[in-house]
Amino acid sequence: MLKFVVRRLLLLGPILFGLSILVFVWVRALPGGPADALLGERATPARVRQIRHLYGLDRPLYRQYLTYLDRTAHLQFGQSISTQRNVSDEIRRRFPATVELATAAMLFAVALGIPLGFLAAKRYLSWFDHVSMAGSLLGISVPVFFLAFILKYVFAVKLHWLPSIGRLDVTRSARHPTGFYVLDAIVILDRPALWDALRHLVLPATALGTIPLAIVTRITRAAVLEVANEDYVRTARAKGMPGRVVDRRHVLRNAMLPVSTIVGLQTGLLLSGAVLTELVFSWGGMGSFLEQAIFDRDFPVLQGGILFLAVVFVIVNLLVDLSYGLLDPRVRVQ
Amino acid sequence: MTARTWRGTVALLAALALTTAACGGGSSKKAAGGPGTTAAGAKRGGTLVFGTSSDPISMDGILVSDGESLRVVKQIFETLVTTKEGGTDVVPLLAKSWSASADGLAWTFNLRTGVRFHDGTAFDAPAVCANFDRWYNFKGLLQSSSLSYYWSTVFLGFAHNEDPSLGQSIYKSCEAKDDSTAVITLTKPSASFLAALAIPAFSIASPTALKQYNADNVAGSADSPKFNGTFGSQHPIGTGPLKLESFTPNDKLVLARFDSYWGQKSLLDKVIFKPIADGSARRQALESGEIQGYDLVSPEDLPALRGAGFQVLDRPAFNVGYIGFNQAKPPLNNAKFRQAVAYALNRPALVKAKYPAGAEVAKEFMPPELFGYAPDVTDYSYSPDKARQLLKDAGLVNPTVEFAYPTNISRPYMPDPGANFQAFKADLEAVGIKVVPKSAPWKPDYVRAVDAGSYQMYLLGWTGDFGDPDDFIGVFFGSKQPAWGFDNQDIFSGLAAAKSETDPAKRTTDYKALNRKIMDFLPGLPYVHTKPNLAFAKNVHGFVPSPVQNEQFSLVNLG
Repeated sequence: MLKFVVRRLLLLGPILFGLSILVFVWVRALPGGPADALLGERATPARVRQIRHLYGLDRPLYRQYLTYLDRTAHLQFGQSISTQRNVSDEIRRRFPATVELATAAMLFAVALGIPLGFLAAKRYLSWFDHVSMAGSLLGISVPVFFLAFILKYVFAVKLHWLPSIGRLDVTRSARHPTGFYVLDAIVILDRPALWDALRHLVLPATALGTIPLAIVTRITRAAVLEVANEDYVRTARAKGMPGRVVDRRHVLRNAMLPVSTIVGLQTGLLLSGAVLTELVFSWGGMGSFLEQAIFDRDFPVLQGGILFLAVVFVIVNLLVDLSYGLLDPRVRVQ
Repeated sequence: MTARTWRGTVALLAALALTTAACGGGSSKKAAGGPGTTAAGAKRGGTLVFGTSSDPISMDGILVSDGESLRVVKQIFETLVTTKEGGTDVVPLLAKSWSASADGLAWTFNLRTGVRFHDGTAFDAPAVCANFDRWYNFKGLLQSSSLSYYWSTVFLGFAHNEDPSLGQSIYKSCEAKDDSTAVITLTKPSASFLAALAIPAFSIASPTALKQYNADNVAGSADSPKFNGTFGSQHPIGTGPLKLESFTPNDKLVLARFDSYWGQKSLLDKVIFKPIADGSARRQALESGEIQGYDLVSPEDLPALRGAGFQVLDRPAFNVGYIGFNQAKPPLNNAKFRQAVAYALNRPALVKAKYPAGAEVAKEFMPPELFGYAPDVTDYSYSPDKARQLLKDAGLVNPTVEFAYPTNISRPYMPDPGANFQAFKADLEAVGIKVVPKSAPWKPDYVRAVDAGSYQMYLLGWTGDFGDPDDFIGVFFGSKQPAWGFDNQDIFSGLAAAKSETDPAKRTTDYKALNRKIMDFLPGLPYVHTKPNLAFAKNVHGFVPSPVQNEQFSLVNLG
């Protein structure tokens, strides 16, 4: 197991090297540059030339790349051209927001999706099965942006039940030692802040978690249906093992393999930033950060941010692979 | 995880959702703080939460040129002069009065006494000169027009230009004659410089704080700069009625009343700027009560907001949308053809159909709010018959013209360029002018192509930086430019002379004459001035929109 982990972590090196080249080339292949974005209609050729010169963007590409590589090796992503803020600091500030939202969304998806999928499979072709499948189809089909907008309109604007923007009430002063607002509130024992942070999570997490919920429901249902017909399940039942025990020990545990893969992939996707949800709820995570950087052609932010998210994605996938071993003893033996 | 724990988790989440929904309802935050009433009857105290489109990039005024940064800078800092409330006329602020020498080179500012910075140090003439000298001596990246845009726009260059494209600075020196008299000397006469000093970019900061918080410390290499100072991010120290309490990027910026302010103290206890990037999210935050005001209201939201009882305020027009004619490309060099195009276009119909209420048809290249505006310029009212006759007189039968418009962009003066193009195209074809459409993405191709003089006719516009005609017609027609393709020394020299004129009355007359001359010459056709909107909750009073966004939040009250 340790060998496996080390091997996978060592693979990160070449992956990141390849990715660094890809990202470097990609951001420079975008039409325009930071100067055009910064200056708009004031982007006279002389001003554009001046900014390119001052930021070293007129130097040979290989030299720009070597500087970038050297800086990245020292875990320094440089300074944003448009906001002048340090990219590493900005990632440190924004990533916890993304993690918090992604975690809440996945909790919502898993906690609802697995029981729903399991029950749908157990009641195969019943009305419950049809309704949950139709619901999950709807969940996959509704654009996140639209759902977020509707949820916000109903629960924040019309009913005033839940807040519509940000992670905490804007007039609240709370300390954030970790940047995870829910965790922070628990750590410093600030109950009003905890309540406030949870209330702010409900709408964005529901909007963001709806597609993963639909996927998890469908995958769980399909996996349970497949496993339920396996010989070992039939044998267990024939031996007189109680139905609930068979379901728990044999059906669900085996069905969890494809589900954990999907959960891992979805978590990786959510961690790489939910641009639209973050935009609608002014969440201030990684998604809106990179989205703005694309508009601004902010090379240091794009280079640093994408590389960072790639590392996160690879690590999440590694964790998913490791979870196979926990779920399935056969993988451990191999 | 077992089936039992799953059930537990589901139950917990469901309970959380239900209780959250049931116990919610407290999301709207209203004014907090002690009640009180000013002599004028305005309520004192409370917190205003204002939705902005982004965080400030920096609160060091000279290093920013975007509206969101300058909005915050305007509250914390003060300039020597400012604009009259709601207008563009220059009025005193930190300088009580000023005078220019006969040659227009030496400007003497008599400063207000008894003014203190937020850090307790005194505001005086040496502090003013320290700021000007700081800006003039910027080095390296600080000379980039992405940072010190307004310095390089108004003063053209630095003590030691590091880029050949920068011009010779018109700033020569600043001398503190005594504590309350500062004399700024220029290398060339420039009257527009006084109006420019009203831009919050030229705010006077505490020299002690600038040094203490390393305002100019930019380390690292050119392609890896590192701003080490915290003056602009955490310690902006000015003399304004509000001071910075806290700034959490991506979350909020909190300003609090400065109790030792020399003038009318802030009516509000606090002002919170909350960044909300999405326009519809700003609107919904106002509707849900989480904010009490926001800027840049989408035109389509106006009726609903008004209908729901919110206050919608117009910011006086300070922009112009125009069609540029490139005279280097025939037949645009033919004055009769240009006039024919002008008469052929139904500008009032377009403004009425495609722009929100408040937008007005432009007669000339600067807004009516500015001094020097001439209401009696040649009027090219819609007349297809006149257009046809002019084409005939010019001997042009079914001429063809390339007409360019940008894609992927919405500007205040041009919310939907494609729609403008279609309307104008139909008008031109109705009088027999064949239109060849050209389009390109706004960034970077379109603006670059316009500047390079690649287009024959094109849609463009401009939003003014400061209240001086030079910032409109001086920018467009002050010198020969490929975008316009003409060489009219009469206009160039007239604009240069008006820019240097120090007698305000004479300047106004000169600019009026120039506006008439320009519209006779017809280098392009201005067609619209728009008025951006702000929206506020019912209980917000005292906010006065400014055409140049010189808006003071300290005078707002929550009635």
